[in-house]
Amino acid sequence: MSDSYALEMRQITKRFPGTLANDRVDFTAREGEIHALLGENGAGKSTLMNVLTGLYHPDEGEIYINGRRFRFNSPGDAIAAGVGMVHQHFMLVPNQTVAENVILGLRDVPFRLNGRRIEENVQAISEQYGLPIDPRAKIWQLSVGEQQRVEIIKVLYRGAQILILDEPTAVLTPQETQGFFATLDEMRRQGKTIIFISHKLDEVLSIADRITVLRHGANVATVDAAGMTKPELASLMVGRPVLFHIDKPECKPGEPRLLLDGISALDNKGLTALNRLSLTVRSGEIVGVAGVAGNGQRELAEVICGLRATTGGVIDIGQNNVADAPPIVVINAGVAYVPEDRGAVGTAPNLSVAENMALKAYRKPPIGSGLFMDRRLMREQAAELIKRFDISTPGPLTPVRKLSGGNLQKVILAREISSNPRVIIAAYPTRGLDIGATENVRNILVDERSNGTAILLISEDLDEIFALSDRIAVLYEGEVAGVVPGEQADRDAVGLMMAGETPEAETAPAVTTPHTEAAPS
Amino acid sequence: MELALLVNLLAAGVRSGTPILFATIGEIFSERAGVLNLGVEGMMLMGAMTAYGVAYGTGNPWLGVLAAMGIGGLLALLHAFVTVTLRADQVVSGLALTFLGTGLSAVLGAPLVEIRSAPRLPNFRIPFLADIPVLGPIFFDHNVVVYIGFLLIPLAWFYIYRTRPGLELRALGEYPAAADTLGINVIRQRYFYVILGGALAGLAGASLSLAITPLWVEGMTAGAGWIAVGLVIFAGWDPVRGAMGAYLFGAIRRLPLDAQNLTFFLKNPTLGYFMNMLPYLFTIIVLVISSREAMRRRAGAPAALGVPYVREERGA
Ligand SMILES: Nc1ncnc2c1ncn2[C@@H]1O[C@H](COP(=O)(O)OP(=O)(O)OP(=O)(O)O)[C@@H](O)[C@H]1O
Ligand SMILES: [Mg+2]
Repeated sequence: MSDSYALEMRQITKRFPGTLANDRVDFTAREGEIHALLGENGAGKSTLMNVLTGLYHPDEGEIYINGRRFRFNSPGDAIAAGVGMVHQHFMLVPNQTVAENVILGLRDVPFRLNGRRIEENVQAISEQYGLPIDPRAKIWQLSVGEQQRVEIIKVLYRGAQILILDEPTAVLTPQETQGFFATLDEMRRQGKTIIFISHKLDEVLSIADRITVLRHGANVATVDAAGMTKPELASLMVGRPVLFHIDKPECKPGEPRLLLDGISALDNKGLTALNRLSLTVRSGEIVGVAGVAGNGQRELAEVICGLRATTGGVIDIGQNNVADAPPIVVINAGVAYVPEDRGAVGTAPNLSVAENMALKAYRKPPIGSGLFMDRRLMREQAAELIKRFDISTPGPLTPVRKLSGGNLQKVILAREISSNPRVIIAAYPTRGLDIGATENVRNILVDERSNGTAILLISEDLDEIFALSDRIAVLYEGEVAGVVPGEQADRDAVGLMMAGETPEAETAPAVTTPHTEAAPS
Repeated sequence: MELALLVNLLAAGVRSGTPILFATIGEIFSERAGVLNLGVEGMMLMGAMTAYGVAYGTGNPWLGVLAAMGIGGLLALLHAFVTVTLRADQVVSGLALTFLGTGLSAVLGAPLVEIRSAPRLPNFRIPFLADIPVLGPIFFDHNVVVYIGFLLIPLAWFYIYRTRPGLELRALGEYPAAADTLGINVIRQRYFYVILGGALAGLAGASLSLAITPLWVEGMTAGAGWIAVGLVIFAGWDPVRGAMGAYLFGAIRRLPLDAQNLTFFLKNPTLGYFMNMLPYLFTIIVLVISSREAMRRRAGAPAALGVPYVREERGA
């Protein structure tokens, strides 16, 4: 037994019905190191970490912490042993406050809660690690980045020595990621062991000390980060060389397919989110929407798809004005939507893969006929799509909630693209996807575009925007701050526009007020 | 309306609202933990019958109360086993429990119907306080169960909002997976609160048959259990609002009885039917209004209400 490891997992095997999620995995981590865990979607990263936190019972294998053997029967045992995890899907109670979430489940809190004391303690930790947060805020009022800070504080508050972070940066803006890395550095300096799951290889190479790669549930390599390169890591993960370059035939834009003219809309809090926005997407081109999160991206997609009311303007998808038309009208006009929220908006979690894939096609022949559906045909078509899009699932009848994040996204793409759309609205289509799947999705989008589909691509990933877009529209405070051709786009110029520092944007405040007031409701 | 009549009505409301209060607070605990129990009516009936029988048999009404709470808890344990462990549908299981309790109490309680002499819980007039005009007779001249009800309201409120286990209880019904990852034993705690809810429903039954309407007849709760289930929603899962609702409904249920003595009604006997309908009409109106209000305050049902928790199951 080796005592130099803060954590040692030996020969961990975990099976789910129809899936071998972890296959005799050995995993070690040292004190004061940041250890990155890589692997494709469904490789078993979250599963391995859930075993470590006592949430899942391994079928086989042993866990040693500082050389001592532990058997975890529940997450409580793991917490007591100093293991804490920030889950891929946040584990926060939405209608409770930050402070309440932090102390939830602690045994040594007095029976009678002392709100003030707890808030002070939370404040102290948040200052020590540079995680600014208002302890009295309710979780549902916080942005995703803030919620993540709460999760980290929660783990630190329990005095965890081993911290697991499951894809913490997938939902962060680039600025937030910078702050997050500073926190990680601070924790490493304090001698904590950090296990960090991510699909973003640049990040991993810049912050990790060592890297472990899982493939199909098995550990294929544990290496020092120094000296590794992106392509090396990628081919370890995928098992074949990965091209980071996308073959994009020349853009031949055709007739306008999606026309937005002076669109205005409010966000969930009732504030102006879109401010007289105008944009055109033509057949055969990808228009990328760049911008700092929260500048109207989400509302833009929802307004087009009929999911959010407008307060003015015209949307034309080759028919009449479809602003405020019900989604079915938009769907029938040939608009496909890959939504930001895959779980709640994109799929019905308890329905099978086949049913989710048929959620658009079931109304019409050949699958739908009158009151009935041809379920056999639905299954066959699903089986074909599973093959074509390389979706890893036990079968077409598996409920989609059992799929890993990446495979869920492929199910949505399969459904949307098989509907032969005229226009695709893709919101963050590769968020949380592994590099193989990302490459796959990007190629699918480029193929669709080359076949004449008009694509509106919303993404916070500038690399993605630059790699795919034929034109780039920069969104700032609900307006298009500028449109630049994708070919010669200059990163710095786009970055400045995103920050609102352009002549157009400078005049914006003056224009904003009359617009919002004049907007008809 | 004369003041004396109003005082009378309100005092009667507090008295006959007490069983509803116990049942409502019990159901609030159960639902806060994420388990809907539609068996309240059945558990109340079994509680009322058991309390009456045990009080008669032993001569001690307090033993009747304990037995009623025990039988309520036992029936709730059955519900917990079926819904929490076997993960069956909570609505179906709860309805079955009500049928079971209604039927079983009728059969087992048949011999008790003839008996009119079981010992009752004592009345207690609180010295000095009961002499305060208006408030005195409304609040301080009652059976002891009414005072137990008074105590339960702040206790339940304090427990839910101001204590560590109360915080865990609230998390349990909102996001059990989060509670589980923090080392809270979701299954055990759900059992606990479902059983607590059953015990309080049993107490509700006992307070009915040993104090409020001291006798046993088949189906004597007359829908009070269902009113409690509805009140939980009206109350937004809050015990203080639940208590106010319970007393209000108590008063409305009494209204037809008291109003019969007014000469106006003696002249128009058909209006009595209208008055009898009022509590139910009122229930519907209140539910409609309060659900809108709850949406505005974001104080809706516990998010995980009705959903069994399975640790290694992915997704909600
Ligand atoms: N609770 C579960 N029930 C059934 N199958 C599961 C469950 N959790 C995971 N799986 C399956 O186990 C495999 C590994 O899943 P896991 O979530 O560990 O992948 P991952 O590496 O974290 O992927 P991602 O990058 O998409 O998050 C997948 O095939 C998944 O479908
Ligand atoms: Mg994962």
